[in-house]
Amino acid sequence: MPNGAAQGLAADHSFFEEKSHPGILGWILSTDHKRIGIMYLFSMTTFFLVAVFIGFLMRLEMLTRGETIMGAQTYNALFTLHGVLMIFLFIIPGIPAAFGNFMLPLQIGAKDVAFPRLNLMSYWLYLIGALIALSSLFTGPGPADTGWTFYAPYSLRTGTNVTLAVMAAFVLGFSSILTGLNFLTTMHRLRAPGMTFFKMPLFCWSLYATGWIQILATPILGITLALVALERLVGIGVFDPVKGGDPVLYQHLFWIYSHPAVYIMVLPAMGILSDIIPTFSGRTIFGYKAIAFSSMAIAFVGYLVWGHHMFTSGISDTSRMAFSFLTFLVAIPSAIKVFNWLATLYKGSIDMQPPFLYGISFIILFSIGGLTGLVLGSLATDIHLHDTYFVVAHFHYVMFGGTGFVFFAALHYWGPKMFGRMYNKRTAYIAWVFLFIGFNILYFNMFILGYKGMPRRYYDYLPEFHTLHVIATVGSWILITGILIMFINLYRGFRKGEKAPMNPWHGTTLEWTVPSPPPLENFDKIPVVKHEPYYHGKNTEAKK
Amino acid sequence: MNQAAELTVGRHYDPIGARLGMWLFLFTELLLFGGMFLLYAIYLHRYPQEFHYGSSQLNQFVGAMNTIILLTSSLSMVLAVASLQRHKRNLAILFLTVTFFLGAAFLVNKYFEWGHKISHGIYPGSPELMQQPKGEILFYGLYYTMTGLHGLHVVVGMVIMLFLIYFLIKKSDKVLNLTPHHLQNLIGKKLLLSDEKGQTIWKSERIVREMQGLEVVVKGVVSEEQMRFNEVKLENSGLYWHLVDIIWIFLFPLFYLISM
Repeated sequence: MPNGAAQGLAADHSFFEEKSHPGILGWILSTDHKRIGIMYLFSMTTFFLVAVFIGFLMRLEMLTRGETIMGAQTYNALFTLHGVLMIFLFIIPGIPAAFGNFMLPLQIGAKDVAFPRLNLMSYWLYLIGALIALSSLFTGPGPADTGWTFYAPYSLRTGTNVTLAVMAAFVLGFSSILTGLNFLTTMHRLRAPGMTFFKMPLFCWSLYATGWIQILATPILGITLALVALERLVGIGVFDPVKGGDPVLYQHLFWIYSHPAVYIMVLPAMGILSDIIPTFSGRTIFGYKAIAFSSMAIAFVGYLVWGHHMFTSGISDTSRMAFSFLTFLVAIPSAIKVFNWLATLYKGSIDMQPPFLYGISFIILFSIGGLTGLVLGSLATDIHLHDTYFVVAHFHYVMFGGTGFVFFAALHYWGPKMFGRMYNKRTAYIAWVFLFIGFNILYFNMFILGYKGMPRRYYDYLPEFHTLHVIATVGSWILITGILIMFINLYRGFRKGEKAPMNPWHGTTLEWTVPSPPPLENFDKIPVVKHEPYYHGKNTEAKK
Repeated sequence: MNQAAELTVGRHYDPIGARLGMWLFLFTELLLFGGMFLLYAIYLHRYPQEFHYGSSQLNQFVGAMNTIILLTSSLSMVLAVASLQRHKRNLAILFLTVTFFLGAAFLVNKYFEWGHKISHGIYPGSPELMQQPKGEILFYGLYYTMTGLHGLHVVVGMVIMLFLIYFLIKKSDKVLNLTPHHLQNLIGKKLLLSDEKGQTIWKSERIVREMQGLEVVVKGVVSEEQMRFNEVKLENSGLYWHLVDIIWIFLFPLFYLISM
C-alpha cells in the first residue's frame, strides 16, 4: 500500500515543516487555517502588548494630580488609541480569529475551513486595517481624540485624524464579517461524519453564535463609520445638526453594532471555558443544550439592548424602560451558563492545571462584571454612574477579567497543541497570582472611584480621589508584571520547552486525537464521531 | 452529511457551501443598505415637505429608464446562468456581455444625472445647497450617498462580470494522470499516441529512466470540472447582481416617486 505509507509519512511532519513557499511567504501566502490562526495570534498579541503599554502610561498619568507625564490632548489621544487597539485589533478578532481558526476545523473533524483563500484574505484585511490605524497616528493632523466610540458631532468637527481611524475600523469590520461567514459555512458543511450539531464541542457553538452576530451586526457599523468619513470629506449632513442631521441617531447606529459586538468578544470565551471545565473536571458538561442555546439566546437578545448606552442621551422614557428591561433579560442566559459550569464542577475530579486556573478566574471576574452591569442597566443608578469609572471598571471586569483571562487560559490550554511544546507550569501559576491580584487592585478600585463620582476620560482629578488612584496605579504595575511573566514563560516554553504529548490534559474533543503540532491536513483519515464531545469513558456510560 | 470526505479528492467542490456563503454575504449587504434606509425613513418622517420638494426636482424619466435597464440586466443575467447550466458556453458569454453593457448604460445615465445636478451647484457641502432648508440638504446628502453606494456596487458587479467572462473563455487543459502502478518496467520502451483507427499520431523517444507518473494534457478543451466550478461562480455572481437590482427597485420609488 504505497498510498497508506505516504500518508503515514505525512503524519510525521507537522504543518510547520510543510511550506508552500520559502521563508516569510510560506506564512503570508498560506491558506492553511493553522498558519493563519498563528499569524493572527502573533499580530494580536503584539497589538495587545502595545495597548497594555498605553494603558500603563495612562495609569501613570493618574498617579498624581495635574500633569504627571502628559497633557490633556495626549491623554485623549492615548485613551482613544488604547480603546481602538484593544477593541478592534485584539478583543473582537481575538478568540475567533486566532483560536477559532486553528481549532474549529480540528474540533469538527475537517481538513480546513470552507473557504481557505477567503480566510487568508480576512487576515490580509486585518493587517491592512491595522496599518491604516497605525498610519493615522503619524500622518496628518495627529491621532484621533474622540474615544473609540467616535461620537458625532465631535468626531465630525475635531481636527484630528478621525477619517483614517474610522476607515481602519471599517476594513477591520469587513475582515471580521468574512471570518464569521467562513466559520458558519464551515460548520454547516464540513462536520465529520457522525458529528451532528449537538455533538459539536461548545466552543464551536459559541463560534456559531458569534458568526451570526459578526454577519448581522458589523455591516451597520461599517455604514455608520463610512458616513462619518463621508461627512468629514464631503459633508453629507446626516449626523450634523447644523445641516439638519441628528447626532443621537449616530449613537443608535453605533450601538446597534457595538453592543452585539461585546458578545462577539465574550461568547467565544464562554465557549472555550465550556471546553476547559469538563476537561479538567474529568466528567461531561452539565446541561450541554442549555449552554448551546444560551449562546444563541445571548446573540439574539443582545441585539435588542443597545439603548442602554444612551440612557443619558435624551431618548424617550418608554424606550429607556424597554431597553432597561431587555438588558436585565440578557443576564439570564449568561447566568444559565455560570450555573451549568458550577454544576459541572460539582463532584468532578478537579485537576488544577494552569489552563483551568486561568479559566475559572473567568467565573469570578465575569460574575462581578456581569452583576455590576445590571447596576448600570437599571435606569436610576445609571444616571448617577453614567460615564464614570464605574463603567470603566465594569467593562474591564467583563472584557479583561472575562475574555482576557480566557484568552490566556486558551494559550495555556491549546498552546502545547499548536506549538508542540510545553511551558513551565510553575511559572504559569506564579504569573496567575500576579495577574489576579493586580487585576483586582487595579479595577475594583475603579468601582469605588466611579461610585464616588470620578468621571472617565479625564486626565486630572479632585484631591479626594488621590488615594484610590494611587492604589489603582500600583495595581496596574502588579498586573503588568503578571502579563510579562506569563508571556515570557509561554514564549520560552513554546520555543524551547519539552515536547508536549498528543493529549496533555486528557481532553476528549477531536483536536486531542491528532499529533501536537497537527500535520498539514489535520487528519490522516476523517474521524467518525460516535460520542458526545465530552465523553470521558466508562464512568459516563455507566451513568446512562 | 459526509462532506469532509470529498476533500480528499483533489480540489474541494461544494456548490451548496459556496451558495450558503454567498447568501450570508448578501445578508451583510442588505444590512449595510439597511442602515441607510433607516436613516432615510427617519429623515423622511422629520422633513416630509422638503423631501417631497427634493424628489420633484429629480428627473423621473431618467430614473425610470435606469430601472428598466437594471431589470433587463437581471433578465440577461438569469439567461446567462441558465445557458451555462445547459452547457451552452458561448451563449452564456454572450448574455454576460449583454449584462455588462446594461450595467454600463446604467452608470452612463447616472453620470449624466449627477453631472446635471452638480452643474446646478447641488452636491453635498456646496454653498448653493447650504442655503436651502435643512430637510433638502439631508435629502441630497442621502440621495448622493445611497445612489453612490449603489453605483459602487454596480461597478463591482461589472468587474466581477469581466472576470467571469475571462473564466468562461479560458480553455483549460484536460489532464489525465497515470500512477507508477501503470508505468512499471517502461525503461527501453516507447510511448505511442494513436487515434481510434490505430493511426499513429505521435511517438516518443526511448524511455531511459524509471517514471514516477505520466500526465496527458489536452489543450483547448473545457473540462467538466472547470464547467462545474464556473457554474457555481456564475450563479453566485447572479445572486449578487439581483441584490443590486433589488436595492435599486427600492431606491427608485424612495427618491423619484414620492412626490408624484
